[in-house]
Amino acid sequence: MSDPILSIRDLTVEIPTRHGILRPVDSVSYDIAAGEILGVVGESGAGKSMAGNAVIGLLNPPAHIAQGEIRLKGQRIDQLTGNAMRRLRGKEIGMVFQDPLTSLNPLLQIGDQLTETMLAHLDISRDEAQKRAIAALEEVGIPGAADRVDSYPHEFSGGMRQRVVIALALCAEPSLIIADEPTTALDVSVQAQIIALLKRLCRDRGTAVMLITHDMGVIAETADRVAVMYAGKLAELGPVRDVLTEPRHPYTKGLMGSTPLASKGKARLHQIPGAMPQLDALPDGCAFHPRCPRAEGKCRANPAPTLAAHDNRAACWFPLDPKGGA
Amino acid sequence: MLAFVIQRVAQSALVLLIVGLVAFSMFRFVGDPIDNMLGQERTQADIERLRTTLGLDQPFPVQYYKFLANAAQGNFGVSYRQGRPVSDILMERAPATLELAAVSGFLAISIGIGLGVFTAIRRDGFAANAIMSISLIGVSLPTFLIGILLIYLFSVELGWLPSFGRGDTVQLGGWSTGFLTKSGLLALILPSITLGLYQMTLIMRLVRSEMLEVLRQDYIRFARARGLRERTVNFRHALKNTLVPVITVTGLQLGSIIAFAIITETVFQWPGVGLLFINAIQFVDIPVMAAYLMLISVMFVGINLIVDLLYFTIDPRLRVDRTKAH
Amino acid sequence: MVDTSPPQALKTEERSTFRVAMDSDFVYRFKNSPVAIVATAVVMLMVLCAVFAPLIAPHNPFDPSSLNLMNGFSAPMTPNAFTGDTFWLGTDDQGRDVFSTILYGMRISLFVGAAAVLFAMVLGVTLGLIAGYVGGWTETIIMRIADVQLTFPAILVAMLIFGVAKGITPVEYRDQMAIWVLIIAIGLSDWVQFARVVRGATLVEKNKEYVQAARLIGRGSGAIMLRHILPNVLSPVLVIATISLALAIIAEATLSFLGVGAPPTQPSLGTLIRIGQGFLFSGEWWILLFPAVTLLVLALSVNLLGDWLRDALNPRLR
Repeated sequence: MSDPILSIRDLTVEIPTRHGILRPVDSVSYDIAAGEILGVVGESGAGKSMAGNAVIGLLNPPAHIAQGEIRLKGQRIDQLTGNAMRRLRGKEIGMVFQDPLTSLNPLLQIGDQLTETMLAHLDISRDEAQKRAIAALEEVGIPGAADRVDSYPHEFSGGMRQRVVIALALCAEPSLIIADEPTTALDVSVQAQIIALLKRLCRDRGTAVMLITHDMGVIAETADRVAVMYAGKLAELGPVRDVLTEPRHPYTKGLMGSTPLASKGKARLHQIPGAMPQLDALPDGCAFHPRCPRAEGKCRANPAPTLAAHDNRAACWFPLDPKGGA
Repeated sequence: MLAFVIQRVAQSALVLLIVGLVAFSMFRFVGDPIDNMLGQERTQADIERLRTTLGLDQPFPVQYYKFLANAAQGNFGVSYRQGRPVSDILMERAPATLELAAVSGFLAISIGIGLGVFTAIRRDGFAANAIMSISLIGVSLPTFLIGILLIYLFSVELGWLPSFGRGDTVQLGGWSTGFLTKSGLLALILPSITLGLYQMTLIMRLVRSEMLEVLRQDYIRFARARGLRERTVNFRHALKNTLVPVITVTGLQLGSIIAFAIITETVFQWPGVGLLFINAIQFVDIPVMAAYLMLISVMFVGINLIVDLLYFTIDPRLRVDRTKAH
Repeated sequence: MVDTSPPQALKTEERSTFRVAMDSDFVYRFKNSPVAIVATAVVMLMVLCAVFAPLIAPHNPFDPSSLNLMNGFSAPMTPNAFTGDTFWLGTDDQGRDVFSTILYGMRISLFVGAAAVLFAMVLGVTLGLIAGYVGGWTETIIMRIADVQLTFPAILVAMLIFGVAKGITPVEYRDQMAIWVLIIAIGLSDWVQFARVVRGATLVEKNKEYVQAARLIGRGSGAIMLRHILPNVLSPVLVIATISLALAIIAEATLSFLGVGAPPTQPSLGTLIRIGQGFLFSGEWWILLFPAVTLLVLALSVNLLGDWLRDALNPRLR
């Protein structure tokens, strides 16, 4: 296997507060290869977005990377200075936000937003940038792109705006895209189109994708591998087929059980009892043990084992049997 | 667009009618105009004659209409105190106030916006914090104290600048200007700083808080995530969005400058309409008060109208929404 | 924001525990803000000085029998050349002790400021509640008036009201009535802020289920407004009242300084500054300086307190 595009090792993000230090991301490691889509799932507050923000260098102070390293194409990027990091953003790492209604500057024409991005990273003329802007809009499926390039964001529908956002994220041909809940704010009917678009464009270009979502359905349709996060830690990591059909972490199983798609045909949805703990009130031992049906003394006493990047297994003392036990 | 303009103009006209009614009521009911205009030695015939000349024997709506018609032609009657037509007195005084207000407004807007942007971008810097602390003192410091302080420092102690009056003026047609003589310009310095300082702090604090709000928006994060230069993000993306709400308030502040000129003119014995108004209140010179009220209302309403229209041209969203709505 | 109160405490006594949690957060912020503590201390000290001015002041500046014209223009801390009397902060042209006039002036400034804000608050909250709750034409009229008034700066509105009131009052009562006219003028110029905020909050609250429920069980409109809606708007009203107090004190000082406020017989801080300005060029700086500094400290402290309150009670406004 060739070198991964993105390689995260032991990444820990800390936020100092008056109640002590919070760790929204705690010792997380994973890789994403070229052309691969890694789905990152978990409940809100599990640290999925925070990890994405750490990679692109947009953590809001006082949140900061306390430990670990991030490598892009083999080079460390977690210690880059402001300006060097800025050159990577957009050029090497693109990002798609959740809400297309708020991610576009309402006072600038979309064409201007596209050309300014290209001119910031590529050595091309303004005319060339304008041509490429139209081409980029055509590629994401905006009808009449040559005319719409002068339009303002409010003149587009939500789905169309998310297409524009994707065009913006991809216009400087980055090698990694971080898509943070790209479909959550959209109508259900549009979600599939946007996901398909993102998937097609990244396959064509060999772009690595970190797809952050809480929607198991999206993961099942899109991702190659999946990373499940719980309370800042990686709970399970593996190829999407394995994780979905034979989850090994009790939390993943619970998560599957509470998704309508995975439990098709069953009489009712499973629910995981309780709620994910707040970061300032984590239980001792494995963070999941209060809600876990399999928890024993060891789980209450010892933190769960930390997953290494290539482990195809769960961060659990008593993982479920791969042959579909329990 | 046209509908919007018509609606705004109609609203402005309504406000002016109401203010006119207030001014007229003052004119008609506060004190007895007959008493005020005729001396001790008067006959019943004098009173009757004056009553007819002034139209006081006519029904209220007719009187109101005549008052408005006269006001529209710049005829506000005769000052009780000076015995001259109010319009003549106002015309003499207006250039002094307008020149002072123009210089102060320019200072307030340019420095206010500049410092506001600076303190927002460097929000944690030492200079920004120092400016913010000083500005709070500036807001608490009544305008007249600032004036006295400046007079004490630059006129009494240092003897550099004049402490009162306009200096020499040059007549240009009907307009007396202080811009063309050295003493006129020197005399402008202290009053314009006094008058502009409060508005400047307000504009600065407003720009800062709006800018901080805008910098939190998704589209700013997205602009950063696209790797745009910090300068581009701050000035092209953030400042433009900041200015939309700032323009409204700034416009209103410009109106206040003319009203606050009353205070500055009193401190510096500046021969403008504000000083005239204060004297009118002290001596209950109702025609002058009414005329001042009408004059300043026309200015305020005019400024409001211009601000609304400006808003309209800056924010592309309004262009669509408004015309659709009406 | 993360709710940090322990969950088991919540169960025992829900409402009061919630209140305690809120209060303790408020108290925590207060304890950690030296600015807030100092500002509160200064404001309280000044209020006490103003209330007990007759007890504290070494002289009564309004009692002509206690004045000695020979004491005029005594410099601070220096024995008077003629009488040998020493005054901490000096005396003015009529031999009035500046320290005493400041205490009495502060009394008038604070009284006018507080009374004006109270008047504005009662008027604004009442009209805001009615506008928000009743709606329809009533609301349109109230809010239109507010809009028109908001077009003009408060100080100008106050001046006009003062001028008109002065015109209506018979000449012989003008000085006596001046303080009350001032209160009404400043109060009337300042009610709009209260009305707008209260109306906004009322519109939100009136559609909530508990208000609907109260209406269903036959509570009267007045009772619903007072018992259910009013408590929900108290914290923004408190913030506006504090900020308004600073503005009202400054407005009063400004009007008095301009000679359209407190009369020389009942001088406020603004009147004192007006008097003191006349001696600026002749070298008797203390007549001007001490009242000016007092006004500045008072206005600044109230402003700081208001600023802090706004941040502490309503983080969204920051």
